[in-house]
Amino acid sequence: MKLNERSLAFYATCDSPADNTGFLYKRGERHTAYHRRWFVLKGNMLFYFEERESREPLGVIVLEGCTVELCDSAEEFSFAIRFGGAKSRTYVLAAESQAAMESWVKSLSRASFDYMRLVVRALEKQLEEMRWGPAGGCSGCQGLPGSWKPKPMGLERSPERLPALPTVLPKENGCAVWNNVPGADRLPGASGCTRHDSEGNLRPPPLPPRRRASSSEAGSARVAAAESLSTFCQLHEQYGREVAQLRQDWLERRRGPRP
Amino acid sequence: MRYNERELLSLARQPAEKAAEILMRVPKKGSVLKKRLVKLVVNFLFYFRTDEAEPIGALLLEHCRITKEEDNVFSISFVEEPERKYCFECDSEEQCQEWIEALKRASLLHGPFLSYSYEFMRRSLIFYRNEIQKMTGKDPLEQYGISEEARFQLGTRKQ
Repeated sequence: MKLNERSLAFYATCDSPADNTGFLYKRGERHTAYHRRWFVLKGNMLFYFEERESREPLGVIVLEGCTVELCDSAEEFSFAIRFGGAKSRTYVLAAESQAAMESWVKSLSRASFDYMRLVVRALEKQLEEMRWGPAGGCSGCQGLPGSWKPKPMGLERSPERLPALPTVLPKENGCAVWNNVPGADRLPGASGCTRHDSEGNLRPPPLPPRRRASSSEAGSARVAAAESLSTFCQLHEQYGREVAQLRQDWLERRRGPRP
Repeated sequence: MRYNERELLSLARQPAEKAAEILMRVPKKGSVLKKRLVKLVVNFLFYFRTDEAEPIGALLLEHCRITKEEDNVFSISFVEEPERKYCFECDSEEQCQEWIEALKRASLLHGPFLSYSYEFMRRSLIFYRNEIQKMTGKDPLEQYGISEEARFQLGTRKQ
């Protein structure tokens, strides 16, 4: 199977922040000798280099669907990345200290895309329930001059208890099948015109739409997942347009008074 | 570059966020449009010959650009080589827009389009965490014991 290796190598070596880096000993596949390699964790990809200064990774371990376990090995500070499936290889790694081992086990066990998505969905749900309440809707935008924050609602009420997230990944990659959710998740007034209240102050952007109630929990989870991303990205785009417009206005004002 | 092919193949068999038969052209000299089964699973785009169970290839969708080309056509390219484009010709303009929506999130602040990717998810998470913290004064990640996790930090992260 072909992989976009050049892009992978670029991703591994570019200056985007890594989630963990450090030297680890990696046990060979056929022989039991350990080789010291420089490891870089970005997202759900664990790259390893021959040397810290190497320009290209030797290899990469796609972490989706893995579990991370401590090893009962002779080697000190060792741990294993394990995958489900009959002939899957287990990667045995060893850190150089107890602290390093713990740090790697934690960051690797939370590295999957699925895990990130679970946390995002839980936070998005929490945020919406804080703004909208689990039952009622919002009374509308408040004209808070100069403020981007929508008026918080129900602050005295503690957020809903959220389901406990797994700290170790399930073995199977349980990717949800998403619905495309058209229509309802479009932001009102997304045409990009600036909003001003009666005093000419900039009003906060519209609140994200209420999540539609779904009949089943599974359906609601899928809809929530689809809408959570569209909510964030549309908000992001909305804010972005306004910032771009403000900057344009500012530039024009700067140019104005000059002869 | 070595990689765990078995696990990637297993990932390719998982339920997709989006899958369809689309005409695809790879950025290789003399290559033509060919019908492929294209499947989006997490931040990978797999492509198969329509009658085969194993994908021909996979694209990791990080640091990539999704561009609308001519009618029914969109392309995927990567930031370090923007002229090397993977082109996809859909059956309809509607299908084309659906795929673009599924793959990209436009970012006016940062310029280039961000694809649906791990990096995008991370920014969403940091955004929501920040919003909730501003509203409640409490860090919502504390209850999961992941507040100190490097990947979820609000400020700029150091390598």
